[in-house]
Amino acid sequence: MSVFIIRRLIQSVIVVAVMSFIVFVGVNVVGDPVDMLINPEADQAEIARVIRDLGLDRPLHEQYLFFVKNALQGDLGKSFIFGESALKLIVQRIPATFELALTALVMAVFIGVPLGVYAGMRPTAMSSRAIMAGSILGFSLPTFWVGLMMIMVFAVMLGWLPSTGRGDTVMVMGIEVSFLTVDGLRHLFMPALNLALLKISLVIRLARAGTREAMHQDYVKFARAKGLSETRVILVHVLKNIMIPVVTVLGLEFGSLIAFSVVTESVFAWPGMGKLLIDSLHNLDRPIIVAYLMIIVLVFVVINLLVDILYSVLDPRVRIKDAGQ
Amino acid sequence: MSEVVEQAAPVAVETPLQRFVSDFCDNKIAVVAFVVLVSVIFIALFAPWISPTDPYDLAKVSILDSRLEPGTKNMDGGTFWLGTDSAGRDLLSSIFYGLRISLGVGVMSGVIALCIGSAIGLMAAYYGGKIDTLIMRIVDIQLSFPAILVALILISVLGKGVDKVIIALVLVQWAYYARTVRGSALVERNKEYIEAATCLALGNNRIVFRHLLPNCLPPLIVVGTVQTAHAISLEATLSFLGVGLPITEPSLGLLIANGFEVMLSGLYWVSFFPGIALLITIVSINLVGDQLRDVLNPRLQK
Amino acid sequence: MTADTPTLDVRDLKTHFFTKAGVAKAVDGVSFTVGKGEVVGLVGESGSGKSVTGFSIIGLVDPPGRVVSGEVRFKGQNLLDLDADGMRKLRGDRIAMIFQDPMMTLNPVLRVDTQMVETIRAHDKSVSKADALARARDALGQVGIPAPDERLRSYPHQFSGGMRQRVAIAIALLNKPDLIIADEPTTALDVTIQGQILYEAQKLCRETGTSMIWITHDLAVVAGLADKICVMYGGRVVEQGGIDDVLDHPVHPYTRGLLGSVPGHNTRGQRLYQIPGMAPSLLNLPQGCAFQARCPRADDACSAEPQITEPVAGREIRCFHPHLDADEEIGA
Repeated sequence: MSVFIIRRLIQSVIVVAVMSFIVFVGVNVVGDPVDMLINPEADQAEIARVIRDLGLDRPLHEQYLFFVKNALQGDLGKSFIFGESALKLIVQRIPATFELALTALVMAVFIGVPLGVYAGMRPTAMSSRAIMAGSILGFSLPTFWVGLMMIMVFAVMLGWLPSTGRGDTVMVMGIEVSFLTVDGLRHLFMPALNLALLKISLVIRLARAGTREAMHQDYVKFARAKGLSETRVILVHVLKNIMIPVVTVLGLEFGSLIAFSVVTESVFAWPGMGKLLIDSLHNLDRPIIVAYLMIIVLVFVVINLLVDILYSVLDPRVRIKDAGQ
Repeated sequence: MSEVVEQAAPVAVETPLQRFVSDFCDNKIAVVAFVVLVSVIFIALFAPWISPTDPYDLAKVSILDSRLEPGTKNMDGGTFWLGTDSAGRDLLSSIFYGLRISLGVGVMSGVIALCIGSAIGLMAAYYGGKIDTLIMRIVDIQLSFPAILVALILISVLGKGVDKVIIALVLVQWAYYARTVRGSALVERNKEYIEAATCLALGNNRIVFRHLLPNCLPPLIVVGTVQTAHAISLEATLSFLGVGLPITEPSLGLLIANGFEVMLSGLYWVSFFPGIALLITIVSINLVGDQLRDVLNPRLQK
Repeated sequence: MTADTPTLDVRDLKTHFFTKAGVAKAVDGVSFTVGKGEVVGLVGESGSGKSVTGFSIIGLVDPPGRVVSGEVRFKGQNLLDLDADGMRKLRGDRIAMIFQDPMMTLNPVLRVDTQMVETIRAHDKSVSKADALARARDALGQVGIPAPDERLRSYPHQFSGGMRQRVAIAIALLNKPDLIIADEPTTALDVTIQGQILYEAQKLCRETGTSMIWITHDLAVVAGLADKICVMYGGRVVEQGGIDDVLDHPVHPYTRGLLGSVPGHNTRGQRLYQIPGMAPSLLNLPQGCAFQARCPRADDACSAEPQITEPVAGREIRCFHPHLDADEEIGA
């Protein structure tokens, strides 16, 4: 098991390094670093000073090392607009984005798995076909438009839920979370559901395919032959088998949820990393953009690593196979 | 005992194309989707001629017409079937023009990505070895990042503009095509007709393009339809966020964004109808693509 | 239930599969009894309906099949009258089943102890987890699995095929059932393992007084194991009787054909007899006797439905032309 983890760790480090190189190249070679890193409103003397400070007059490989050194120390530049460390600004907003993405993930599982299992158990029933048709609709719908319609219906027309923003927060272990307050939940519900919609279709399809396959397996018949209640057969025997592919895919999709939160956060004015990125793209606040890219790559790599570990925990066959190598 | 040989009645031979069409038509929903899709393409192509008004003709558009509900009559006696937006433009016409742009950008980027991706995929499959490994590594890494993230990265580096958006969309999609084409090319490469062609000392280019490529087409067509739907959706998302096409090229995404401002006052139609148009387009492409996949899947051939 | 009531009394059981291609009469009028502690061998080729008979008894026939008529009397009670929950309570408790392929019958992602404990607690919630584990451990010991504590905590793929089947047998024995239905349990195993398992199964039945139905296509397997044999063909029992009687003096032409095709040391050097033709499709059974197309003694009389007759005491057959001459050579 540890061989497996070490190998994956090394791979992850390589990917992060490569991405940092790509971002560096993107900023310093494709784009004009003077534009990218220096506040365009600074005067000539200021620009010259910053160029010296940032080492932009040095050869490229020295600049790269400089960049990496700073990055490892947590310095990814200062925001033009806010004047503070770009990294700090982004990190402050990570809890909001993660809260949104995690809630969306949980919703996708709790809505998608039961629907998918039901559709898998009775593939020819009308309700199953309706569920499958709904899932095609689910991944065709453009997320941002659905978000708008949700606001329209639930906030403007019906007035049940607030239209934008994050609700009241409380501090838990130094992190601000909003799902522990009623007001927070009211604000969290729609954006999380909106974000979850994409993945619900995927989960339904996975759960349905997995269930259909599992129902024909001998171990289901054997479980019934042992006299187990149908509930137990489904909830323990079938579910554990289908959760493996569901969890793996979802784990990988969590990264995409974080990326897509950019859209949901913009629609619902949710104060997370994504909204900050979009605002920065409009304001040309480049240090934030650079910092965001680095952080998101790191998040991705960590998520992929965690999913691999989780997969090996859930599927005992993977563990044993690896130990035998 | 001698047996009498019966004369078999002559059987009409179906061409592959005929069989393909009849298989496709087995699914009624897909046929409907196909018809809808053709209508959408028609509207997009002929928008300037069939649209009731020209929403970007500044002489005709009047702020007095703004924010009118669907069904209101306009001054010339015609009707604003879907209402007007906050600048007084007829929404139906805006949608027709918007479809043109959304579809145009989506399809164009798809076609370019298909060409580039297929070429790269074919190269990887045909030359094999280190080239193959390198290309596939790059493809895998790119595909492990969600499309929207890649698009945002590219836009933040390249800046704004129609051409930049198309470049970004192409760079997002090429990897899917490359992987698909490489996969089927690898399967085909080992088949005997390629060996035969090589024995005949046909040039590499000729083998690749005249022999290998046509047999890789079926999965490519399927991936192409799905990817085009994604590209259209992605472009709409980027335009909505304000980092996509500039406002001089108002795609459906921009129309929806415009409606966002007035939505909170209850003017639902400005965002609603462009969204429906987008939805219809994407759903019909997906349904057609789904059926294409079932029909072209060699394992399902009877 | 009196002392004479057999553990299982199957009467004219019919299970049909309603498919798009037609009705497959997998089981078409099967009758036999299993007494207390008795081992009955249910023998036949693939497609003879023997497995479906087993599933029909335990109530696990998958759609599009279902039991259409007949009675399955378990200790006097007709199982076909029970509702789903009533049948569920009997399964795994009073009637247990062992399947053919142990790799697929044990759930690969659950531990062996989980799969054993749930069998106990599904029928008696009052048993504590510790007690259930103890019983599971004992059951594993009973079937000859060494180091049962470690094995309990293992996953199915960590066992060899033979061991997995022993686990399946242990699970079947957990609640001390009155009847075990074993559906070709040794077919997927090595011959040597097969022998061991057969021996142990027989020992267990003698010791515990459990009745058993052993379904197989292999005559050699039942020869040493069963008390009674039922030969199935085309969804019906064509001959049944005491094992030694049937094997020494087979009466039905099919049984004779089967025996003739088994190599033994008195056939050494001779050509093995082969029953000509192939088993009929269950969708398209011929009128009358299912075996007539391949039977050397068939004639027009065989187009009528052969009824069950008892030409010799203790022997039931369905045939119009049974081999009643004891001296006839097999294969003639």
